[in-house]
Amino acid sequence: MSIPGGGARGRSMTFDIFVLLVQDAIGTGAIYVLMALGIVLIFNVTRVIFVSYGDLVAYSALTLGAFELNRMPGTVWLVLTLAAMAFVIEAASLIRRQQARQIPKAFVYWGIIPAIPVALTFLIGAENLSLPVSILLTIALVLPLGPLLYRIVFQPIATAPVLVLLMVAVALHFAIAGLALLYFGPEGFRTSAFVSGDVMIGSFGIPQQLILIVGAAAVFSAILFLFFQYSLAGKALRATAINREGARLVGIWTTRAGALAFLLAAGIAGVAGVLISPTTTIYYDTGLIVGLKGFVGSVVGGFVSYPLAAVGAIIIGLIESFGSFYSSALKEAIVFAAIIPIVLWRWLYVSAHDADEHEEE
Amino acid sequence: MTVSRALRPALIGVFAIAIAIIPLLAGGFTITLLNYIGIYTLITLGLVLLTGCGGITSFGQAAFVGIGAYATAYLSTAAGLSPWVGLAAGVVLTGFVALVLGYITLHLGGHYLPLTTIAWGVAIFLSFGNFQFLGAHGGIGDIPAISLFGFTFDDQAELYYIIWFFCGLALLGAANLLRSRQGRAIRALRGGKGMSESLGINVFWVRLCVFVMAAALAGIAGWLYAHMTRFVSPAPFDLKAGIEYLLMAVLGGAGTISGALVGAAAVALVKNWLQDLLPLLTSNSANLEIVVFGCLFILLLHKSRSGIVPLVRQYLPFKPDTAPPPEAATPVTLPTIKPMPQGSTLLKIEGLTKRFGGLVAVDNVNFEVKAGTITALIGPNGAGKSTSFNLITGALKLTSGKVTFAGHDLSGVKPHEVVSLGMARTFQHVKLRPTMTLLENVMLGCYQRSSTGFVAGALRLDRAEERAVYDVAMRELARVGLADKAHELAGNLALGQQRVLEVARALAAGPLLIMLDEPAAGLRSLEKQALAELLRNLRADGMSILLVEHDMDFVMSLADRVVVLEFGKKLAEGTPAEIQANPAVQEAYLGSVE
Repeated sequence: MSIPGGGARGRSMTFDIFVLLVQDAIGTGAIYVLMALGIVLIFNVTRVIFVSYGDLVAYSALTLGAFELNRMPGTVWLVLTLAAMAFVIEAASLIRRQQARQIPKAFVYWGIIPAIPVALTFLIGAENLSLPVSILLTIALVLPLGPLLYRIVFQPIATAPVLVLLMVAVALHFAIAGLALLYFGPEGFRTSAFVSGDVMIGSFGIPQQLILIVGAAAVFSAILFLFFQYSLAGKALRATAINREGARLVGIWTTRAGALAFLLAAGIAGVAGVLISPTTTIYYDTGLIVGLKGFVGSVVGGFVSYPLAAVGAIIIGLIESFGSFYSSALKEAIVFAAIIPIVLWRWLYVSAHDADEHEEE
Repeated sequence: MTVSRALRPALIGVFAIAIAIIPLLAGGFTITLLNYIGIYTLITLGLVLLTGCGGITSFGQAAFVGIGAYATAYLSTAAGLSPWVGLAAGVVLTGFVALVLGYITLHLGGHYLPLTTIAWGVAIFLSFGNFQFLGAHGGIGDIPAISLFGFTFDDQAELYYIIWFFCGLALLGAANLLRSRQGRAIRALRGGKGMSESLGINVFWVRLCVFVMAAALAGIAGWLYAHMTRFVSPAPFDLKAGIEYLLMAVLGGAGTISGALVGAAAVALVKNWLQDLLPLLTSNSANLEIVVFGCLFILLLHKSRSGIVPLVRQYLPFKPDTAPPPEAATPVTLPTIKPMPQGSTLLKIEGLTKRFGGLVAVDNVNFEVKAGTITALIGPNGAGKSTSFNLITGALKLTSGKVTFAGHDLSGVKPHEVVSLGMARTFQHVKLRPTMTLLENVMLGCYQRSSTGFVAGALRLDRAEERAVYDVAMRELARVGLADKAHELAGNLALGQQRVLEVARALAAGPLLIMLDEPAAGLRSLEKQALAELLRNLRADGMSILLVEHDMDFVMSLADRVVVLEFGKKLAEGTPAEIQANPAVQEAYLGSVE
């Protein structure tokens, strides 16, 4: 998020600016919180460090931006292509396992269902959409990307070492960010604000936009919490996260759990993208940078703790916001350099509590 | 690992001649392509050492290339210095940055370390574009050509020789290094910290050295790049480039020296081919290139993670290099530790205690091991045997108590220093390097008795010592009965033989005491008998042995002295006959006799 006139080097810090920076940090941080939740969710269930998670956020923001310009977003083509690929891969794997009878069902799962939001988009058309409709369509279009990418890219190597999965995730970023360039072009999008004006508390003005962002982040975090705590599917995901083998033994379908985790995470990415779109200009390749920042939050949580991940995300928001005040040019570099001490601190914490040794092969 | 001895110099010669005459035959475009391949090879070679051999994944190599390129670009333009000063400065600067980053981050394990490489990689890349004195996003142009003794290397065909000179030197040096003492240590890193430390390898130090070496290679590549293109800007040093180099290493076959060359060439050729092909299909070719690249990398990691070189090598008739290093003119003998007199106290355990939070796993245990005897530590599951074992070897820290070994107080001695005092160990879950030969695994055991460093290894100045290490390793392999399999891969052995191989590796350290952690676990009856026979022979040779074991028959027929633990406390101690007659021990094992 940018600060009006931010980055003025040498400008002295006043209380007003301080408040502004903190507000900015909370807004940005809240979005990173959502992303950190998605990343932790995916890592817990599938062990994939999904560095290209930010790309889903970028696709969401770019899709909303395209709707605002009355354009058909390229996301529809991505969903259709991925759905076709996922179906072919699934069908081939069914034939290999001599379960060809299941192919029609696979067609419904991987071919038809992901295409429903696309069909809806074509039906409704991309022109003159009201804001709620375009937001809903945006999230619906981003939603299938998660499970489709999981099926095509990660499920075939679900048992590979974490490092291989990480490398695949990094390579995937370049593939889908490159496609985003084809679909959306090199120019950035920034949608107009959903709401404007301040809510006054005493002499403080709190922007409504900020309240909206923080509120949405809080609501979705709460929904996620309730889902994991009380629903059967949520419990199955937690079980898979804790012990994959054990989960399989009690009848949890771990590949399905992986797809479900990616589905939920894609939904969160959709929401995060919508929230970030009026506050930050998003380019086709912004995903990695934004994603990595959400990532740092997850690192603070050691990839396993949701509340700690949220704290980490807010910290990154603060570093970014104050960093941009003191040196707007080096703002991003400062944020990334800050990752190192955070990771170190996290590692010291982990290694003090867990003497297990990792053996790689 | 190696091509047979006679063939190797011949192959290198053919390769060198081919490199030398190509510019006479090929056109300018091919030479430019080869120049890029040479530069990529240097960078990838660093990754082969770092990632392929050492198991440290780095996404940030491109940033080091950038530091090398910007250092020389700045010094040779703004400061007007010679490019050779730029080279020295670039290598020193990349080495220094790597040293600092490595010092901070190389303690990290698992996936934390690769994540930090993304972080600093991006941070360094972003810095290039934001420093005014480095030309910000515009970069630095008009970089002078390299000149040497008045000759200026200003076109691609001339520069070609410089690039391939550095490349050839680096390839040779790396190949030598990997077959030397420190090279074996680098290749051992993937076996885990526990194994490496038990061999006397200072894991952090070795990791740091490889990290700095890989960075320095990237720095040299950056220098060549800057003087080849005569222009640097931030773009070629981003994360995308970092992952491309990783792709080269994985594609060629991370872990093989030739894989660096093959991977770099393959990626450069595919890239070049895509640049020709894609414009025919779409107007957005530049954008599509990265998409195709990402997909190819994903496909590669799906289908084959071992890379081209190992794949091709299966079908080639090359035999491994089985010839010993030549007899040295002035033979070297490895240092040995002065043995303790038979029957004297070798290891003394006093008040050994370990608490994990509220749980007291080992509670005030005392016992001794006399030189030249076999002492067994037994007890039911959860009695604290393995914990005691790890406390003695320094793998775990004591809560309180004292361990004295051969007159040394072991408190404050680092895990990797214990072996040089004469205490070598084996592991309950065998820890060998499956992709190294039996001989190389046992040579690893000699690590702390030898002293060749990284540079000496790369320059092959280690021949005399290497011969001594070879002799020791072969002798220990013969002692345990595996000499005929010396050149097979350790991963191909049955479990029983792997255990025995671990004993040979421990013996190669020239220890006073070998510590065996459940050596009979998982062995078949015949294998157990063979192992017991081996241990008896070792005792007859004067070796002292302390073993932790479950198997009663195995222990009772073998040990001179038995220490029984239960719930972390010492229950009994005595000869096997005394222990078998002890009612408390019977109760612990069989339940009380009412």
